[in-house]
Amino acid sequence: MRWLVVGVFAVLVALVAGVSLGPVSLPPGSVAAELLNLIPGVRLDSGLSEREIAIVTELRLPRVVLGLLVGGLLALAGGCYQGVFRNPLADPYLLGVAAGAGLAVTAVIALGGAGREGAISGLPMTIPLAAFAGSLLAVTMTYVLGAAGGRRGSPAMLILAGVAVSAFLSAGQTYLLQRHSDSIQPVYSWLLGRLATAGWHDVLLVLPYAALTTVVVLLHRRELDVLAVGDDEARSLGLHPQRTRYLLIAAASLGTAAAVSATGLIGFVGIIVPHTVRLLAGSSYRVILPMSLLFGAAFLALTDVVARTAAAPSEVPIGVVTALLGGPFFVIVLRTARRVLT
Amino acid sequence: MSPESTAGPSPAGRSVDGDVPAVEVRGLHVSLDGTPILTGVDVAVAVGEWVTVIGPNGAGKSTLLRAVGGLLPAPGAITLFGTASAALRRRDRARMVATVAQSPVVPPGMSVLDYVLLGRTPYIPTLGRESTADVDAVHEVLGRLDLTGLHRRELATLSGGERQRVFLARALAQGATLLLLDEPTSALDIGHQQEVLEVVDQLRREHGLTVLATMHDLSLAGEYADRMVLLAGGQVVAAGTPTEVLTEHLLATHYRASVRVVPGTHGPLVVPVRPARPKR
Repeated sequence: MRWLVVGVFAVLVALVAGVSLGPVSLPPGSVAAELLNLIPGVRLDSGLSEREIAIVTELRLPRVVLGLLVGGLLALAGGCYQGVFRNPLADPYLLGVAAGAGLAVTAVIALGGAGREGAISGLPMTIPLAAFAGSLLAVTMTYVLGAAGGRRGSPAMLILAGVAVSAFLSAGQTYLLQRHSDSIQPVYSWLLGRLATAGWHDVLLVLPYAALTTVVVLLHRRELDVLAVGDDEARSLGLHPQRTRYLLIAAASLGTAAAVSATGLIGFVGIIVPHTVRLLAGSSYRVILPMSLLFGAAFLALTDVVARTAAAPSEVPIGVVTALLGGPFFVIVLRTARRVLT
Repeated sequence: MSPESTAGPSPAGRSVDGDVPAVEVRGLHVSLDGTPILTGVDVAVAVGEWVTVIGPNGAGKSTLLRAVGGLLPAPGAITLFGTASAALRRRDRARMVATVAQSPVVPPGMSVLDYVLLGRTPYIPTLGRESTADVDAVHEVLGRLDLTGLHRRELATLSGGERQRVFLARALAQGATLLLLDEPTSALDIGHQQEVLEVVDQLRREHGLTVLATMHDLSLAGEYADRMVLLAGGQVVAAGTPTEVLTEHLLATHYRASVRVVPGTHGPLVVPVRPARPKR
């Protein structure tokens, strides 16, 4: 309960900070007032001009909200994969799920002719669905390859399989881009993370998938605790471990696909956030999953603030910022997880 | 033999005039990856009885236990308290049978209380959470196993004996009357082996539990079991009281072991003896 309050507070701070900071800095108090004005029935005087209000509601807010959604989804998916595979390193990127979604999106853009329009202006409806198909294909490949080493495969095998699948799918993506060079520009700008061009359209497109993933995963948080004691135990406690596992893999992959199709490849959120939550609030998935959702949201929205202010007036791609933070963090996780992996 | 004492063990494990056995295994065949593991196994355990399955490595002891626990498909071969196991819903079976595996997974970071609470899973609605009744039931079990002082501790930090008690606590929290114990003492020193088996026996007497166990230590197995089943090569080669099963002849034949069997207070004691060296 205490952590829930902290998590919600973090999201609110990220929201206000994300909307206030930028090329035109706005006073956080006024921004908070203007955000409250969005609630029907509330009328506060924020003291902002018409133009500033437009900056808040039409430019910054959709970007921050999309950042919150994507960050929450990636962290939730990471935490979920870690539980499902009983593997501290499982993450949408290391499992190859994001690469699968990326290949599918590239295929839609390159083969679907979206490239010829010069840029992807708003997401076509087909993109998240294609991304979902790609992510499911990738996670299945990783799962099958990772289990090939033994009856269930070791945690290290799974991650190595994920790396192999990622490399394979990325090669496919590069090949597609070579063959359709007119789509290199739009695909590349999407790959690096396109929070910068986010509008309400993108938010609305991601929202249903985000809601579905969140509901399915959060409803199964106790089941993930049961899975943690082993498949035989889970079965003798009346659970259907494999069915639960497939459902949760599908849900986490849907969330990853939605996140990737909206904002491109933003790595490491699914590792950094759930592990930090674990250190702070314990190992039960009943705590880890909701907290990952909230802290993941806050984390990515704040990272986006860094991405657009660190080298102002130009922007650093957000995927670069998360990778800069995530690389060293990953080494720490690797060191602490060594016992599990060997 | 008094038919009216329904809770008491019936020597043969067979139903005595409508006395339904806790476990009845008939003609059980199990193959894993095409290799036959069990070929036509019959075992019966009466309500309240303690039956221990012994046998050399690879005889199929654990497989038998897994099949009884519903972890392996065994269509038609297994009946639990009069109902075909295959006809039971998972949750209903989980309320009847609790298994303690040979070396259960110890999830990093999980507290004793949270671990034992998982035992209440068959009583918690799908996608729901524990009720106060579940928490009370767990605290009652923790008290019974002398674990109350440890309930906040992380499971991974406990000693082997304490852990084994926690595993038992999780199984008891399941509220099942049939306990399947796969090598419950294999990770323990001799003192903790006795401690855990005494706890199990006490619980069995006080709460009318039925115990089906596998064990490697034959003397220890014989001291606690009402009856024993000797499994070798996927078949039952001997069954009966410990005195009937733990004989020098049977152990020499099926374990290829050179042993002396000496009478003890609670059952025969099996002492390994180095085989005579061939004369030079």
